[in-house]
Amino acid sequence: MSAAAGRRLAPGPLEYGRRAWMRLTLLATFVFLYAPIATLIAFSFNDSRRNIVWRGFTFKYYEKAWNNDSLIEAFVNSLTIAFVSTLASTVLGTLAAVALWRFRFPFKGPHEAAMALPIVIPEICMGVAMLAFFARIGWPTGLPWPLNLGAITIAHISFSFPFVAVVVRARLANFNRELDEAARDLGASEWQAFRDVLVPYMLPGLVAGALLAFTLSLDDFVITFFTSGPDTVTFPVKVYSMVRFSVTPEVNAASTVLIAITLLITGIALWLQGRSGARQLPGKG
Amino acid sequence: MDTWHAHRRAFWTFFLPPTAWLVLFFLAPLALVWGFSFGEKRGLVEIAINGTLENYVRALDPLYLRIFGKSFWFAALTTLICLAVGFPVAVAITFAPPRWKPILLLLTILPFWTNLLIRTYALIAVLRTRGYVNFAAEWGWERADAALAWVGLGDLHLLGERFEPLAMLYNNTAVVFGLVYVHLPFMVLPLYAALDRLERSYLEASLDLGASQLRTFASVVVPLALPGIVSGVIITFIPALGSFLTPDLLGGTDSQMIANVIERQFKSANDWPFGAALSFLLMYVTFFALALRAAASRGRSAMEAA
Repeated sequence: MSAAAGRRLAPGPLEYGRRAWMRLTLLATFVFLYAPIATLIAFSFNDSRRNIVWRGFTFKYYEKAWNNDSLIEAFVNSLTIAFVSTLASTVLGTLAAVALWRFRFPFKGPHEAAMALPIVIPEICMGVAMLAFFARIGWPTGLPWPLNLGAITIAHISFSFPFVAVVVRARLANFNRELDEAARDLGASEWQAFRDVLVPYMLPGLVAGALLAFTLSLDDFVITFFTSGPDTVTFPVKVYSMVRFSVTPEVNAASTVLIAITLLITGIALWLQGRSGARQLPGKG
Repeated sequence: MDTWHAHRRAFWTFFLPPTAWLVLFFLAPLALVWGFSFGEKRGLVEIAINGTLENYVRALDPLYLRIFGKSFWFAALTTLICLAVGFPVAVAITFAPPRWKPILLLLTILPFWTNLLIRTYALIAVLRTRGYVNFAAEWGWERADAALAWVGLGDLHLLGERFEPLAMLYNNTAVVFGLVYVHLPFMVLPLYAALDRLERSYLEASLDLGASQLRTFASVVVPLALPGIVSGVIITFIPALGSFLTPDLLGGTDSQMIANVIERQFKSANDWPFGAALSFLLMYVTFFALALRAAASRGRSAMEAA
């Protein structure tokens, strides 16, 4: 082995990734991004009420969170809303994606722009709009569970289905539309062509879109904050009121559970999208 | 592509449900708030929409102008810091070995999918006076104090009588820190997308022809990556400007941003018409920024076509 190959060469002019200060910046950035969350997760297992010094491993704050009835109720509310919202958003988003992909119609540009609005407008604006809307039409309050979650669910569908539409449409962009036309030319009804040709092709996009809708609904705080009432508290809204009150290991435990669920779902979605080769979407901040 | 009237039934089946939902449960609420912004509060819950511009005039009050100014300043500062930090990160990812790239990108995107509220809460847990940073600082202070005592300077109390925790939360610095923490990935991704497309032979040519790394960066990399920079700046600026949670949880009484004022009008202050006007002003700024971005990307494709 020659001496030159034996030791590592100095970085070439374009090998920025091998320069020490570049690596240091990268490392510092990731520490900055991850250290707070990592500490939060680590200390949810810490057997100390003061939550600062490490005193050994425990699950007791998870147990405490589990026995906190209002927290569990909020969690069940969040899951219920997320399930219904995901179902509706996936159907609406898919219909919208197919409509935009398949048809030429007047005012298509403005229609597409309006469909993108829920994705781009500030969350606070959408939140207050929903608050004003449900107050103005006199949306009934005090309905029995789960009907009392209606307003929040409607709001969640409104901001989720355009995201589903974007994901499904990205998937459709690579579809050979002649296949769909051929099916109909050969005598398939609209419904048969949709069910047997389009849906199987769209499936990875549908699943990815549905998972995205689920995490968006589960994670949303700002818009929910304006549509939720005293007896329709969701998990993030509950965590918010706990956070305002104090920093406790119990909140850490609850947060860790939510992070785990979101990451699991996102992981599945990314894996599916990677397999289907559809484009990725930046999340809604 | 089919024209809509050739397959009317299919078209309406696909078109109508999402469009009706959008109109009914998104555009109608927005229109209502837009109407409220030209209205007047008559009773506790009653609002008369009478076309008054009063609410917009009130938004020009120095008090609110200052809050608008402060929000712009926070968002601009956040964007600037994100750009300064995000650029080296994007360069490092672009020029990283191929097998590292997906991992580094995933690490950049992952925080997006962690709940915003929880990330903000994590910052509180780290930065509060009884938080981990202060705990580490106190530990360091005790060691330093003990060391001073050991060399015989203990009586002088050079480091103060006792440890004073750093007040890192509930001020403007905390808000900007939190905004950078939340929005950094927004900046890195478009920068990476632009840098990754960059033709490396241009950089090689510039370096071969004798330009320094700095000169190459300033005269080759930045101009070529400009669309990505513009895109990153706008994508970071828009959500930062409309932030509600970060100033709400990390800020003090003096660090309110527009979104917090809007929230107050709709909740505790109960002045919906004024809140509606502020909300639409924020929306107009957002639209303006988006239009800028669209113009920038149109400029780029025109340049590429030429």
